[in-house]
Amino acid sequence: MIVRVRLRNPDREIEVAGDRKVHDVLIELGIDPDTVLVIRDRELLTRHDRVGEDELIEIRPVISGGAGAAVRGGRS
Amino acid sequence: MSRMRCRRCRGPAAIEIRRHNAAFCRACFIHHVHEQVRRAIDGHAMFEPADRILVAVSGGKDSLALWDVLLDMGYDAGGLYLGLGIGGYSSRSADVVRTFAQERDADLLEVDLAAAYGFDIPTAGRKGSRSTCSVCGLSKRYVFNRAAIEHGYDVIATGHNLDDEAATLLGNTLRWQTDYIARQSPVLAAEDGLLKKVKPLYRLSELETAGYAFLRGIEYVVEECPLVAGNTQLRYKQVLNHLEAASPGTKAQFFLSYLERGAPLFARQDEVTLRPCQECGQPTTGRFCAFCRARAQVLGRRLGEPPTDLEVARGSSSEVLPAEIHGPPR
Repeated sequence: MIVRVRLRNPDREIEVAGDRKVHDVLIELGIDPDTVLVIRDRELLTRHDRVGEDELIEIRPVISGGAGAAVRGGRS
Repeated sequence: MSRMRCRRCRGPAAIEIRRHNAAFCRACFIHHVHEQVRRAIDGHAMFEPADRILVAVSGGKDSLALWDVLLDMGYDAGGLYLGLGIGGYSSRSADVVRTFAQERDADLLEVDLAAAYGFDIPTAGRKGSRSTCSVCGLSKRYVFNRAAIEHGYDVIATGHNLDDEAATLLGNTLRWQTDYIARQSPVLAAEDGLLKKVKPLYRLSELETAGYAFLRGIEYVVEECPLVAGNTQLRYKQVLNHLEAASPGTKAQFFLSYLERGAPLFARQDEVTLRPCQECGQPTTGRFCAFCRARAQVLGRRLGEPPTDLEVARGSSSEVLPAEIHGPPR
């Protein structure tokens, strides 16, 4: 009983045990739930939602650190 | 366990925001985001309904979410995309920005750094003395200000969010850069040759801006800039996220409390006299502005020399606008 997980940056796909809460999947992968969106069938999942067998979920990071946000308190 | 419920309507929740100890359905979350942006705009008198706002858009979640919110609120908000020349990343970013603007019939300005100024960011990172992220930020500030003035905008809005601001404050505090700390504000007033700049998303976390973009169906570039690896800002964000995981609300407390109680303690130390850059004529504290200095270094030319034929053809050598005013201390 597995769930396929699409990870980003870089894009790749892995398989983990399914039929459990999103929170448990994230913990197994060492991912802080507040730093990602978890997406299934174009819908967001909360950490209390369950993922079933043979489902595909995307774990999309929300952290960005692009240019212009350097240490200084300047504008960009 | 049954599905989480929305704090406002008790319907099934789409997103949980732990620092608010709350979850929201799609509609109530969009309401929540609008409410936070409204508080930011009104609380800091960022702009008036009649103002023309230029949103600095990168193709990422924050800037497109900001543009979407402002348009949805009925503001006259156009976008500016700066082509940085970072290969496929820049191409894909430009595509999503154009699609966003077309779908909303919104005004979009585009500037290509290489075409307008003769260099791109990867080249500047290799040839110049500044880090890639530094010269990128410098170029953005320069071009955004110039374009906003040239096109008659009243204010520039950027997509800096709570995580960005908290990480910046942490970095400046670790170095006790009191002059930078004093200038960290959601609003930077207009001054000689510099347009007013605002950060309407400063009350919203990255999770909230990403959630908003997703729930609004905004296509944005998920991939990170390939040149950003090792960025100091990212390290500060990771540290803050560790604290946030153990104690939700830490980031908001750190930055929002700074604005309320810390900022008044840091007097601005950067009050200096501005004078025209001898290369481009725009305000600077020195003889040449930082953008002109960086550009000259990358192009291998000496400041103060007449422009080359190519620069004359581009029409950009002596028309560029201020750059470093909001970067390094003046």
